[in-house]
Amino acid sequence: MASPLRYEVLNLYKNLLYLGREYPKGADYFRTRLKAAFLKNKDVKDPEKIKELIARGEFVSKELEALYFLRKYRALKQRYYEDDNK
Amino acid sequence: MAASGLRAMVGVKRVIDYAVKVRVKPDKTGVVTDGVKHSMNPFCEIAVEEAVRLKEKKLVSEVVAVSCGPQQCQETIRTALAMGADRGMHVEVPAGDYEHLSPFHVSKILAALAKKEGVDLLLLGKQAIDDDCNQTGQMTAAFLDWPQGTFASEVTVDGDWLKVEREVDGGLETVRLKLPAVVTADLRLNEPRYATLPNIMKAKKKKVEVVKPSDLGVDLAPRVKTLSVDDPPQRKSGVKVETVDDLVAKLKESGRI
Repeated sequence: MASPLRYEVLNLYKNLLYLGREYPKGADYFRTRLKAAFLKNKDVKDPEKIKELIARGEFVSKELEALYFLRKYRALKQRYYEDDNK
Repeated sequence: MAASGLRAMVGVKRVIDYAVKVRVKPDKTGVVTDGVKHSMNPFCEIAVEEAVRLKEKKLVSEVVAVSCGPQQCQETIRTALAMGADRGMHVEVPAGDYEHLSPFHVSKILAALAKKEGVDLLLLGKQAIDDDCNQTGQMTAAFLDWPQGTFASEVTVDGDWLKVEREVDGGLETVRLKLPAVVTADLRLNEPRYATLPNIMKAKKKKVEVVKPSDLGVDLAPRVKTLSVDDPPQRKSGVKVETVDDLVAKLKESGRI
C-alpha cells in the first residue's frame, strides 16, 4: 500500500494509540483491540473503501475525546458540586 | 474597538491526574508524586480554553501560558500550547522549594509576570485539584490591585470592560469589570478541547521562556508549615441484620431511635 493514503492511515493509528493511553480499561486493552481492528482491514485496496475506514477511525477518536471529557466533567462534578440537583 | 489587542495570560498547574488514587507518604509529610501520572489541572484547562476561544473570536491577540514548578511543568505548558496558547513561560522552581510553594508565592509570581508582560486579562482556574486552596486568583488580583471575577461561568468582552457571570450560592451573579482584570474559571465556563497528538507535536515549535523567581523579585521563603498530611477517615463497615427485631435492637443500641 504505497498510496498517498498510507500516511493518513499511519497518522490515524498513531493518534488513536495516543488517545488510548487514557482509556479507562487500560492502554493495553485498547492497543490490542486497536491493532486487531487495523489488521482486519489490512488487505483493503480500494481507495474509496480506505477513505471510508479512515473516516470511521476519525469518528472513533472524536468519540473517545468526548468520552474523556465527560468522564472528567463527571468526576469533578461529583467531587466539588455534590449537592447540585441530585 | 480597543479590545482587539487584548493580551491574555493563563496560569496552568501541573497536578496529579484526577483519575489517580492519591496515596499519602508514610511519614505524613505529603502525598506520593514519584512515578504518578500528572496532567493539567482541569480548572486550568477550562481557563486555557476560554482564552483560546477569546482569541478565536479575535478579541484577544495573544495568549501566554504560565506555570510555576520543576522542569516537568513544561509538559503542562506544552499541553496549553497544544490547546492553542501562543507561547509559554516557565517559572522554574526547584523541586525542593516547590514543596513549600504556596498560593501566596504563586500569586506574587503571576502578578509580577502580568506587570512585566503588559497583560490585560489574567485567566486562572478557580482552584487546583491537588491542594484545593482556591486562593491564587484572589490574591493575584489583590497584588495587582485589579478587579476580579471569580468562579466565572460566562465571560464576555465589551470594549474596555468585561462582563462576568459568576457562580454563587443558589444562583448566578453578573459583574462588570474594568480591564485589566483577573478571572477564575468555574467548571461550567466551557468544554475544554482535547490536546491531540498532532497539536502537541506542533506545540513543540512554540517558544517557552524560562524565568527564575528571583528575576521577578519574589522570595520563596515558606510562609506556611505543613504539620501533617493524613488519609481521610475510613468508612466503618456495616452489619447485616436477619430480622426486623434485630434491626430495631441495633438501632436502639446505636441511639438512632
